[in-house]
Amino acid sequence: MDDSPALRISGLTRSFGGLPALAGVDLELRRGEVVGLLGPNGSGKTTLINVISGVYRPTAGRVEVMGHDATGSAPEGLVRLGLNRTFQTPRPFRTLTLRENVSVALRHGRNPGQSEDEILQLCGLGGKGNLLAESLNSSEQKRLDLARALATGPDVLLVDELAAGMRHDELDGAAELLRGLAAAGRALLVVEHLMGFVRQVTHRVVVLNAGAAIFAGSLEEASQDPRVVEVFLGA
Amino acid sequence: MAQRPRRQLVSDALMVVLPPAGFFAASFFYNNQLLLLTMMVYVALAQGLNVIFGFTGYLPFGYVGFFGAGAYGTALSVHFLHVPILVAVLLGGVAGLLVAALLSPLLRLTGAYFAIASLAAAEALYYLVSNPQLTAVTNGPYGVNLASVYNSGAAFDAAVILVGIAMLCVVWVRRSHFGMSLRAIRADPLSARMAGVNVVRARTIAWLISASLAGLAGAIYAWAISVFYPEAVFDLSISVFAIVFALFGGVGTVLGPLLGAIVLYGVYNYIGVSQPQEFQLIYGVLIVLIVLFLPNGLLSIRLRRLRRGR
Repeated sequence: MDDSPALRISGLTRSFGGLPALAGVDLELRRGEVVGLLGPNGSGKTTLINVISGVYRPTAGRVEVMGHDATGSAPEGLVRLGLNRTFQTPRPFRTLTLRENVSVALRHGRNPGQSEDEILQLCGLGGKGNLLAESLNSSEQKRLDLARALATGPDVLLVDELAAGMRHDELDGAAELLRGLAAAGRALLVVEHLMGFVRQVTHRVVVLNAGAAIFAGSLEEASQDPRVVEVFLGA
Repeated sequence: MAQRPRRQLVSDALMVVLPPAGFFAASFFYNNQLLLLTMMVYVALAQGLNVIFGFTGYLPFGYVGFFGAGAYGTALSVHFLHVPILVAVLLGGVAGLLVAALLSPLLRLTGAYFAIASLAAAEALYYLVSNPQLTAVTNGPYGVNLASVYNSGAAFDAAVILVGIAMLCVVWVRRSHFGMSLRAIRADPLSARMAGVNVVRARTIAWLISASLAGLAGAIYAWAISVFYPEAVFDLSISVFAIVFALFGGVGTVLGPLLGAIVLYGVYNYIGVSQPQEFQLIYGVLIVLIVLFLPNGLLSIRLRRLRRGR
């Protein structure tokens, strides 16, 4: 495993109208590693993903992707550097077919060396290439979001609540898929609420509360940490 | 699999070639050449609007600004540069493109804000060219005379070619990866950016193509009518007609705006002559009925059938 961080964020801060949603978050992600990003609702998980992926500009701090300064870069610039993401509420191109959804990303991203159908197959959407994205259910749309992200050939993948809403029989497949992506050398930051899924997928976790990282370590250690217990269960 | 691309290639080629050929052939059977030419101008306008509205979702109410820019670009080229009329027509297209480039910051706006801002820009351009203080350049409110280059037959042929160019542009946008990117942007701009699409660049290219078509349409129209006042080529009803024709047939499709322009402009002229008193009422009711029952345009009947047949 390459030890240089694929993603390094330091002192990342983002305020909305003077209210800090992120308050100086530090985080490193290495190739082949899956880090879980945990925290209660409103703790800043999705804001962190949005700032890293260029949807919001940071108020302060620095983002490095594959050794390049990517602070404040536009999403399409980050795609070229090798970063991509999925959305908590999936955002496929609803009026395009599944194959077209993936094809757009294949044309504009870094060629991952796979065809549209291979990527759809990998994400459990094999044989559905000609369907319109709007005909998919929510769980399938999330997988299509993942397929769109993978089609750009990312080294760093930010996965926002992929498992939410999935059936039990789909969770194992999704966990296996994410582990496989990491095993192929990608760095994954996974936002998730399902602890069983987090245990299956991640190597370590970072816990956010009120926009600040209050814990970094293994999930087992997190469950013993009084600050984490207090955040999730109350004092 | 090889059969399908070949069939598509043939159907695309027919969609590019048949409409201009049809207009050309119609000129042998129908005497009102100016009506046919104006219909072709509206086909080009509706298709140009289709490129920016149908494929990116941006609705420019001030689309007529590019049409007027094309008309005046041609007139000024003839008067001041003394270039051959065909070069002047091309420069009319360039004038539309340059105005669009100047207005490209408007693409930062969306929805109604963009629509209204483009309308304001077109009005500003109208007041600029009709300004009496610019009489030495544009002849201000007194209009333009292109009688020295008047040639109705050649202008008609140019309009036939313009229809072919407009059809080619839309077929290319519809079939190309660029067009697919535009449709992705229309569906979800943020997702498109996360797919690596340079959204600003793609929208700007569509905007420039759309404006160039309107500029060429204005140029050929100016050539054909040869004498015109500024209000004739900056009339907001030109924008409205282009929008209505495109919506009537179906935006985002290749044939919809063509169909819309032919049917509605034909009906417009027929009712306007036979029922001049009631024509606006009949025309308005027809459009309301289409919007109510076929909001995606006439071609959606065919698409619905195709979906049912699946």
